[in-house]
Amino acid sequence: MLTIEMATYDAIIAHARRDHPDEACGVIAGPAGSDRPQRFIPMLNAARSPTFYEFDSADLLALYRAMDDRDEEPVVVYHSHTATEAYPSRTDVALAMEPSAHYVLVSTRSPGEVEFRSFRIVDGEVTEEEVEVVESFLTAEPDLSPDEEFPPR
Amino acid sequence: MSIEVRIPTILRTYTAGEKAVEGSGATLAELIDDLESRHGGLRDRLVDDRGLRRFVNVYLNDEDVRFLGGLETPVTDGDHVTVLPAVAGGAGPSPHVG
Repeated sequence: MLTIEMATYDAIIAHARRDHPDEACGVIAGPAGSDRPQRFIPMLNAARSPTFYEFDSADLLALYRAMDDRDEEPVVVYHSHTATEAYPSRTDVALAMEPSAHYVLVSTRSPGEVEFRSFRIVDGEVTEEEVEVVESFLTAEPDLSPDEEFPPR
Repeated sequence: MSIEVRIPTILRTYTAGEKAVEGSGATLAELIDDLESRHGGLRDRLVDDRGLRRFVNVYLNDEDVRFLGGLETPVTDGDHVTVLPAVAGGAGPSPHVG
């Protein structure tokens, strides 16, 4: 399951709408091992295409350097499809190189409807996962049943 | 002295999980051959019969080697090489994959 903050969710959709009819792309970085997408990093689509995206090569190096320096990883890699459904294409699957990332697909084919889906893509295999949008990670701690309340009274 | 090569997560299966390995050579091609001798299988993920794979980026220090000399780019001790898979995809066919 992908758990993502509302503000980040909204920012991805806004980026996709802004770049329509070209595909938009970017990363949400988070602390390594946390599985928490926290730092929204919209990227330039160097291909500037309605059917293809690619991070600019120099931007890619700068991005990975910055994440390394902060002990972060790409928790989410997102891009948009602008005329088709929010589902990984054959090209997406062939080029997916981050087995631990959540691949988020947004479709902007309908101006009034939001299509936001998340997938794992590992060794050519696509698995859709649930998306949970939370107000904030600060208030999204796991539910504790009353007898597990902490601190104990 | 030698040349440090940073390896992306997806290729660390070839380096026993190491984030960075060391190698030597006078050109990038020789460096990759040297790495292949200790990390078998790595070369195939970096190059094909046309040269560097289209969706693998290799940087010498801060520069994409495509803008230098590709596989023939000279390298020297103390250089830093970084390998990063492209982040790419899209609804249509890739414009560059055969």
